[in-house]
Amino acid sequence: MFTRNGRSGFVSAIALALALGGVSGTAAQAQTVTAVMHAPLRAVDPVISTAYILRNYGYMVYDTLLARDSEGTPQPQMASWDVSDDGKIYTFTLRDGLTFHDGSPVTAEDAVASLSRWSQVDKTGQVMASLLSEMAVVDDKTFTLSFAEPTGIALIALSKPSGLAPFILPKAAAETPISEPITSTIGSGPFMFVEDAYRPGVSATFAKFEDYVPRDEASDGMAGGKVVKVDEVVWTTMPDPMTAMNALMSGEIDFVEQVPPDLLPVIEGNPDIETSVVRKQGSQNLARMNHTLPPFDNPKMREAVLLALGQQPLLDAQVGAGSPNGSACAAVFGCGSIYADDYRAEDIIEAHPEEAKAILEAEGYDGTPIMLMHATDLLMLNPQGPVIAQQLRNAGFEVEMMSMDWASVVARRASKAPLAEGGWNMFSTTNVLPDVGSPIGFIGVAAGGDSAWFGWPDVPEIEELRMKIAESADPEEQKSFAQQIDKLVIDNGVMVPMGEFYNTSAYSSALSGLVEAEAPVFWNVEKAE
Amino acid sequence: MLGFVVKRVLSAIPVLFMVAVIVFMVLRLSPGDPAVMIAGPNATTEQLQDLRESMGLNRPLLEQLFLWLGDIARGDFGVSLVSGKAVTELVLDRLGPTIALSLTTILLAVAVALPLGVIAAWQQGRWLDRLVMAGSVLGFSVPVFIIGYVMILIFARYLGWFPVQGYKPLSEGIGAFASRLVLPTVALSFPYIALIARIVRTNVIEVMGEDYIRTARAKGQTERGVMTGHALRNAAVPIVTIIGVSITMLISGVVVTESVFNIPGLGRLVLEAVLARDYTVIQAVILLFSTIYVFINLAVDLLYGFFDPRIRY
Repeated sequence: MFTRNGRSGFVSAIALALALGGVSGTAAQAQTVTAVMHAPLRAVDPVISTAYILRNYGYMVYDTLLARDSEGTPQPQMASWDVSDDGKIYTFTLRDGLTFHDGSPVTAEDAVASLSRWSQVDKTGQVMASLLSEMAVVDDKTFTLSFAEPTGIALIALSKPSGLAPFILPKAAAETPISEPITSTIGSGPFMFVEDAYRPGVSATFAKFEDYVPRDEASDGMAGGKVVKVDEVVWTTMPDPMTAMNALMSGEIDFVEQVPPDLLPVIEGNPDIETSVVRKQGSQNLARMNHTLPPFDNPKMREAVLLALGQQPLLDAQVGAGSPNGSACAAVFGCGSIYADDYRAEDIIEAHPEEAKAILEAEGYDGTPIMLMHATDLLMLNPQGPVIAQQLRNAGFEVEMMSMDWASVVARRASKAPLAEGGWNMFSTTNVLPDVGSPIGFIGVAAGGDSAWFGWPDVPEIEELRMKIAESADPEEQKSFAQQIDKLVIDNGVMVPMGEFYNTSAYSSALSGLVEAEAPVFWNVEKAE
Repeated sequence: MLGFVVKRVLSAIPVLFMVAVIVFMVLRLSPGDPAVMIAGPNATTEQLQDLRESMGLNRPLLEQLFLWLGDIARGDFGVSLVSGKAVTELVLDRLGPTIALSLTTILLAVAVALPLGVIAAWQQGRWLDRLVMAGSVLGFSVPVFIIGYVMILIFARYLGWFPVQGYKPLSEGIGAFASRLVLPTVALSFPYIALIARIVRTNVIEVMGEDYIRTARAKGQTERGVMTGHALRNAAVPIVTIIGVSITMLISGVVVTESVFNIPGLGRLVLEAVLARDYTVIQAVILLFSTIYVFINLAVDLLYGFFDPRIRY
């Protein structure tokens, strides 16, 4: 049936397709660290998306002006700063030796353009922009942020470690409209992105940037010298966690960012494998109600939910009963945060179904089912729906749990329509602790009505307090405002904290020097031969 | 024959058109969109609206459909809404592993299942037949991922003969290529060996009762000659059909095996695209699958004529 040429063409086509086939980046070579991250990399704009894998990518390829040390204190990274005596003008000076991966120097214009784009989408950046009277380039290495009133927001914002971190891009890329993802991968960070080896969803390779000049200080949290000690880092995607564990034990890969709790026994006692739990990279569970629809437009009914829910059953379902990787925590801003507070801790941590029932009776709850969205396709979200539903039922609520994939939850939670037209009453999710720890940046506490996060709570006092924190330069005053926010969030049912959990990373014992920070980073990491 | 082929190829056009329209509409009617996945879990409604606008997702559905149909008519499958890479590039990248795994699996399955089926038919009712049939029930019943895990444990972890996972293209050497395909190929071939062996057995048994077999034996044909020259050839039509169906199933449905052995093939691409609502990628891959179905069915039809000269087109 095939002609001679036809057959050879067919064979060539197959050979070409085979040759083009993806390399899953498995065999670890000397000075190559192969890592399985929590999600595949499919896009390369670290500013447009709050996906954590893009934040991690950002820390490989880009650098930040400031960075927080292990104590959470802002430190110089690309730039040092001076504050005017009146506390209104911050002058930032770029350090020597900063270059982008294409060899061009990093200038103040790049920094200003990057901050402008970032502050259009990031909550903390938006608050900073609203207080800013001018952002001006002084010379190639210097720029200023001028505020109408004295404020501490500049250092908080520019050292923001997670969510959308303020990465510095080349000016040309930073001028891309915020509705358009950038395609450039040129940064000035310690690693260069290897475009030719990039296979979206499969693997991403980062080569050591030889011209990167690290700071002299030792690595400390996200701050300090970013000294790269390996030739390249390869992120490879493994959809099956069991395969990742087998590959790690066989020495085919070096690092697994998140090990599912049920697979931890597989590697326990293995002398070739180390594990670590970085609490800063943990997450907070939260339940969220729709304040615009009955019954949760009634504050008493939100209070009933707060009392109905308890944290331990959910943590047990997520990380296993008695696991140290789960921790009950009543603090809205996370228990490791400088703003941690224990307001109504007992009410938040323990379930009180009888008290909740009494409220339902007093409010004349008619048994209309609560529509609870349940995301089934994400490991830590899957247990949330059934546990929350059962606790609500224990307290007398009728619950209609709608199971769907996360993409469907995200689509539906944006709807303000009545239930019959695609609306919702409740959903639950997780946020990483570095994002939760900031009263300005944490979307879960924003309560500006229509402009708030899904659920649209409207508590003007909270918004006023958030602005006061931004305007204040006094840490004690900021803490006092944060505690007031914590109380208002709980009493108004803006969100219900559902406990914290911490992921376990596993890695080859050949690796050393892993940095304990808000995101998994690969500078300072050494690999023994 | 040429007329038949041309007619079948032309008849594929309305089939593919219908597939394209249905896939497009089903995707647009399902909840979620790529803007949500790009913007991340904490995006605001305004951010999502801006992204949808820039991606053209706010345009009327019919306008989006006609734009897309016009593009694919010109051979342009567009770019991935999530990664920004050309869809053709993404599909080609994943085609190699899928073709490699599918071909090795079907070759192994046929090579093992044909003799097993013939032996079972030849020994019908005896212990060898029962052994083969019991084995085929096992092959059907044990999920491929279980077989995969057990093989990884024995041959990769304990014996260290093969890598646990991954795929290397031929360009990186035959050893690297082959060593990574052995375990997934063997694991994946179990249900296909079972399926093909049972079909072969059934059809050979049926043919062995025909008059022409008795005639062949009466004319002094050896049992081997009867089996290869008459029985197998006449039983070939349904066997070829099931092999064709198996190939199409392999190309489009090996997501679990690709996940267990970390092979970045088309199955994983389409699953990832569905979860990310990456419309352009889903549409292109499903069109590709449909085209493969159409052309494998055509090839099977043409092979009927080769095995059974009475069939003419």
